[in-house]
Amino acid sequence: MDGSQNVADKTALSRRGLIFAGLSAAGGLAIGVPMKALANVQPAVLAEGTNPAKEMTAFLVIDPDNSVTIRVPHAEMGQGTSTALAMLVAEELECDWSKVRIEYASATRNALAGGKLYGEMQTVGSRGVRTSVAMMQQAGASARERLRLAAAQQWNVAPADCSVASGQCLHRASNRTADFGALAAAAALVKLDVEPPIRKPDAYKFVGKWTPRLDTAAKIDGSAQFGLDAKVPGMVYAAVYSAPVFGGTLKSVDESGLKDVRGVLGVVKMKDAVAVVADRYWRAKKGLDALRIEWDGGANASVDSEQLARQYRDALDGPMATAEKTGDVQAAFAAPGAKLVEAVYEVPFLAHGAMEPLNCTVDIRPDRADVWISTQAPMAVLGIVAKETGVAPENIRVHNGFLGGGFGRRGGAHDELVHALAVAKAVDKPVKLIWSREQDIRRDRYRPQAAVKFKAALDGTGKATAFQTRVAVPSLLREIAPPEAIASGVEPMAVECLARSFYTFPSRDVGVLLKNSHVPVSFWRGVGSSQNGFFIESFVDEMAHAAGQDPYKFRRAMLDRPDVLGVLDAMAEKGDWGKPLPKGRGRGMAVIEAYGSVSGQVVEVSVSNAGELKVDRVVCVLDCYHVVNPNTVHQQMEGAVIMGLTAALWGEITIKDGAPEQANFDTYQIARMADAPAKIEVHLNLSGGDKWGGVGEPGLGPLAPALANAIFAATGKRIRKLPLKNADLSWA
Amino acid sequence: MITLTVNGKRHELDVEDDAPLLWVLRDELGLTGTKFGCGIGQCGACTVQIDGQPVRSCAFPAGAVQGQITTIEGLSQDLKHPVQQAWLLEDVPQCGYCQSGQIMAAAAFLRDNPNPTDADIDANISNICRCGTYPRLKKAIHRAAALAKGA
Repeated sequence: MDGSQNVADKTALSRRGLIFAGLSAAGGLAIGVPMKALANVQPAVLAEGTNPAKEMTAFLVIDPDNSVTIRVPHAEMGQGTSTALAMLVAEELECDWSKVRIEYASATRNALAGGKLYGEMQTVGSRGVRTSVAMMQQAGASARERLRLAAAQQWNVAPADCSVASGQCLHRASNRTADFGALAAAAALVKLDVEPPIRKPDAYKFVGKWTPRLDTAAKIDGSAQFGLDAKVPGMVYAAVYSAPVFGGTLKSVDESGLKDVRGVLGVVKMKDAVAVVADRYWRAKKGLDALRIEWDGGANASVDSEQLARQYRDALDGPMATAEKTGDVQAAFAAPGAKLVEAVYEVPFLAHGAMEPLNCTVDIRPDRADVWISTQAPMAVLGIVAKETGVAPENIRVHNGFLGGGFGRRGGAHDELVHALAVAKAVDKPVKLIWSREQDIRRDRYRPQAAVKFKAALDGTGKATAFQTRVAVPSLLREIAPPEAIASGVEPMAVECLARSFYTFPSRDVGVLLKNSHVPVSFWRGVGSSQNGFFIESFVDEMAHAAGQDPYKFRRAMLDRPDVLGVLDAMAEKGDWGKPLPKGRGRGMAVIEAYGSVSGQVVEVSVSNAGELKVDRVVCVLDCYHVVNPNTVHQQMEGAVIMGLTAALWGEITIKDGAPEQANFDTYQIARMADAPAKIEVHLNLSGGDKWGGVGEPGLGPLAPALANAIFAATGKRIRKLPLKNADLSWA
Repeated sequence: MITLTVNGKRHELDVEDDAPLLWVLRDELGLTGTKFGCGIGQCGACTVQIDGQPVRSCAFPAGAVQGQITTIEGLSQDLKHPVQQAWLLEDVPQCGYCQSGQIMAAAAFLRDNPNPTDADIDANISNICRCGTYPRLKKAIHRAAALAKGA
């Protein structure tokens, strides 16, 4: 094979050696650094996983020194999945956790196996752990059994008398032990007649324990390799701008400014973009800025946000497809004594703004293609490269690094890859292409703009009798799924948290219009739940107030599911619900079901008379049914709160003359340390059972509505449109 | 030609005076721990130290550097720096992309503010973390302050 595996192994091992040497010299342990955190310091390497000669299975390699390399089929973009998946293997394998390292599973190998070896390899929809639990556990269990059988053979004893613990096989009667590393070669030849059973959650010994991440140390000394850090001999650099108006095209380029820029190798013109290629990135960028580019804005060059917002609002009264219909809402609305509550809510487009701007390095030859890219979907990358270059999939290598954030932007629509391939074709050299932050924000595929109209009826006792939802939102599936997927006019993302709500409304009617504009949209952390959670949980709060009831008790009376009730009750208890607050302070709650988990938050705010808002405290409660690593689940909830806060306070991409107006972090504001709530508390309220819930996204949706409901409690002002920076929160 | 001293090593480099320090570090010297985030000095992913002071290298011309540059690779040997130790103990990073800059900013901040309050941290650490690691970042900065005093 090509040896990348060996290089990777050596790097990891020498790294570990260094760290231990440093540890003893520094007396690091004396100041309380956990041994485990240091022992597990290996970056995920960019291995190909194509060296079957030395592997136990496609999922793991055990080296003679007892180190265990676990191949994870999901990308690490901060969510901690790689540590969690390794924990699931280790749970069954009974290896020495301090000797575990991780690498990515090979997309090429998966493609050769028809996608059946590692599955979809997509890291989307908060599915990393929950779709791979059984697969990873089975990989560990299978390897453990083969090691045990290999030991029994070697000692010529009954397999039943051999046991496994901490990276060793043992035969108690003869007091013999053998390390996994010494048995691995023999075990690799053992074939199992039947696969061993895997542990049920109540039998877990390691899974469920707070465990330091495997990738932390590499991320604090600069050694972690992200896509941006790829280096290929002989590569050139490219900087690119796309047409400012989506759908616009390149008209002309005046290159005369390039004569003063050192190192420029050429200009590559694409239909709707232009790239400058140079021997260094900063020279390519300088050259790009020196071009005088004329664009043809095309048919959308006069569209602006005002027009779009009006179109979405107007659509709320037009024809819609039915996503859910139960009972007769019209009859309930017309019932004598019914109190009607109505409201319209709106949200704008949002950019992803991952810290690592989109970038890609490609080395394309006639018979082989190598791509270095931070991706949530290596199989999609493989497909794009095969299509654009004609290189056979088995000759394509996708080198995925750590992702400097994904949030859905790296889920498969790899515009940066398409650019890099176009440039590589033109210059016939390896190319590293980097999107500037401006390009990254202006050519994002945004979270959809959306509008919704709710109408509910309350009876004389304040009980909800009817709940009608009408939502207008762009389609996310339009560009990525066959037309029949949305032929009904409904797609699941559009009505996440709206259709099939856990509230026991006796009659309900959910209508949806998949309404598109020229502005590209895509999956954004939390997807539909991130805006629909704001809509429905704000409106339920309005209903509670219209009914003259406490929002917690009002919700409680409309719930019959133990998991949702469990989360709601925990929110009330942990969040000090009902405890009096001084004037100008308020508490709000929201609870949603998203990605298979129930997620609720209680937010406490202070609002000054002048309308200055401070978030004092956020209490998160999550029921994801089972947990692999509470450490990373807490991280995800903390992070989702901050990201949700950014979106609620400032998030908006506005369109003027067909183009986005925001371009960098000076105009697209992101929460910083001083903006973070003083306290974020996380409580896991796990129901167990057969189901596993997602973790990366469910924390986002409750933040905006809980915040808006808290603002209402503090000021009496109802927020029906985000972001809050455009709202006047002053009160007297 | 410009001369830079980076992590104690002197380099003569054939680059333009206006080349951003970030790209000189990354592409000329191979020090890729320092990251590109925004290019306009807004996010701090590119933070390095010049004579101990935090500098956002993406918007800093290499030719204007006067003093010794320290990057994340030169902060310590083997994670010994109290800020790195604290980051390990609190398990701060998520995606990790901004963390080199966060660490370099925090290390410089703690040198001048060995006993910071929450308000000091809020006022002085303005690097963006899109994953939202701020709660752990803040805890880790306090912890690093304690570790530096031998606590």
